Amino acid sequence: MRREIPILIAIVVGFVYVIQFFVPHAPFDKFQNWGNDWIQIIAGFAIILGVLNLLKVSLEKVYKKSKGWGYAVIIIIGFLIMTGAGLFFSGGKNYQNPGTPFYYIFFNIYFPLNATMFAILAFFVASASYRAFRARNKEATLLLLAAIFLMLGRTPLGDYLSAGLPTGWQLKNISDWIMDFPQTAGQRAIMIGIALGIISTSLRVITGLERTFVGGE
Amino acid sequence: MEFWQKLLAIDRRIIFIFVAFAIIVPLFIIAPPGFLKKIDVSLPVQSLYDYVENLPPGSKIMIAFDYDPPTTPELQPMAVSFLKHCFTKDLKVIMLGLWPQGPVQAQFAMEREILVDEKIKAKNLQYGIDYVNLGFQAGNEFVILRMGTDIAAAFPVDYFGTRTKEIPLMKDVKNFDNIRLVYNISAGYPGTYEWVIFAGDRFGVKIAGGNTAVQYPHNSPYVQTGQLVGLLGGMAGAAGYEKVSGYLGKATKYMLSQAVSHAMVIFFIILGNLAYFITRGRKV
Repeated sequence: MRREIPILIAIVVGFVYVIQFFVPHAPFDKFQNWGNDWIQIIAGFAIILGVLNLLKVSLEKVYKKSKGWGYAVIIIIGFLIMTGAGLFFSGGKNYQNPGTPFYYIFFNIYFPLNATMFAILAFFVASASYRAFRARNKEATLLLLAAIFLMLGRTPLGDYLSAGLPTGWQLKNISDWIMDFPQTAGQRAIMIGIALGIISTSLRVITGLERTFVGGE
Repeated sequence: MEFWQKLLAIDRRIIFIFVAFAIIVPLFIIAPPGFLKKIDVSLPVQSLYDYVENLPPGSKIMIAFDYDPPTTPELQPMAVSFLKHCFTKDLKVIMLGLWPQGPVQAQFAMEREILVDEKIKAKNLQYGIDYVNLGFQAGNEFVILRMGTDIAAAFPVDYFGTRTKEIPLMKDVKNFDNIRLVYNISAGYPGTYEWVIFAGDRFGVKIAGGNTAVQYPHNSPYVQTGQLVGLLGGMAGAAGYEKVSGYLGKATKYMLSQAVSHAMVIFFIILGNLAYFITRGRKV
């Protein structure tokens, strides 16, 4: 029953969503609304579950002094500070209001730290490009040239460098052409492939043929 | 030859220093007017601007803030210039987020950029009448589907805990039928792709997007098919919208930095290839 009931739920819900798409009238529209409400509730609990799981894993790491346990300590401290600031030190106001400790920590610590983490990517991209972006063969050379044209064409620098060239050969127009034709064509092919894959997998799930999502074979 | 071999094995920290200078130094330089004039306004940017420009005052626009602090430098300028454009046109703005920190980004934009702007101040914007922040709701694309039938059911309370049905701006907003445009600013999933499929295609509401440069190619086919009214891509797209709307902000300011850093990366790629071809076949 541990496998059969989830499969049955997937089949029923799958059919309800398919039917309501083609027949958006009572009672099928109501079924969809109920389904969506349930999903929102489950997603809310999933967030709580995720947070608690992160806390559990971090506490275990600290307890066992596993590799990198110091980072787990920071997670726990951060969790306690943010939760405490939000729940107990908002002075009767909504914790997200300007002036609350939560607001202050979010904008002055969390925000810049998070942005910094992502900004570091620029440095790694530059270093990786230097080491790995080689014109080793025809395909790699095409990729390399496309990247250079795009990087130049997407900034005003491209206009400066190619201002004297005929319109069609200006870097901005070349980068637009790359984006509008080869890129879009490739992207469409990928998207259509993914969509066909999703349709076939969904059909297998709602007809009960695909059962791997409940575990086992 | 030894020089090129050494160059191939260069310490990555040296590259980091060059990139840091390429990014930081231009931030302190005022870009020449000629440079600003060359900022490109692409067709998808122009079409979004034109669509908003032609909306009658009082039309309701929904902005989905589906991003968080890491992508703020690219995406927040798209939000700010778009919000300024909307409020200048006396449009009503409904903000929300399918990312937990999205609505915080919306508050951030309103408090630090919009409500302190002299031109916008003159409009005397009122929360709940001219704009509202519905906050975050978990459930990704299923929230969009729920909004298609009842927005208040998907977002029962706003960012501050007020019941959505009691907010004046939301009283005559039932679902997407009452929204003239959904502008989604996103850095991933759920994002523009989900809004196109579940709101645009399903319920017929007009969708526009603002994406990171990395995400832009994934959604740009939808501009050609007309499923997106317009699409802003990365810092260049944000700067383009600032230029066309006349609200020059951070994206325009950062473009010089981006141009120099792109040039620096290209320089390193060329240098790396040069060293590779010169030393090819030899042991490094």
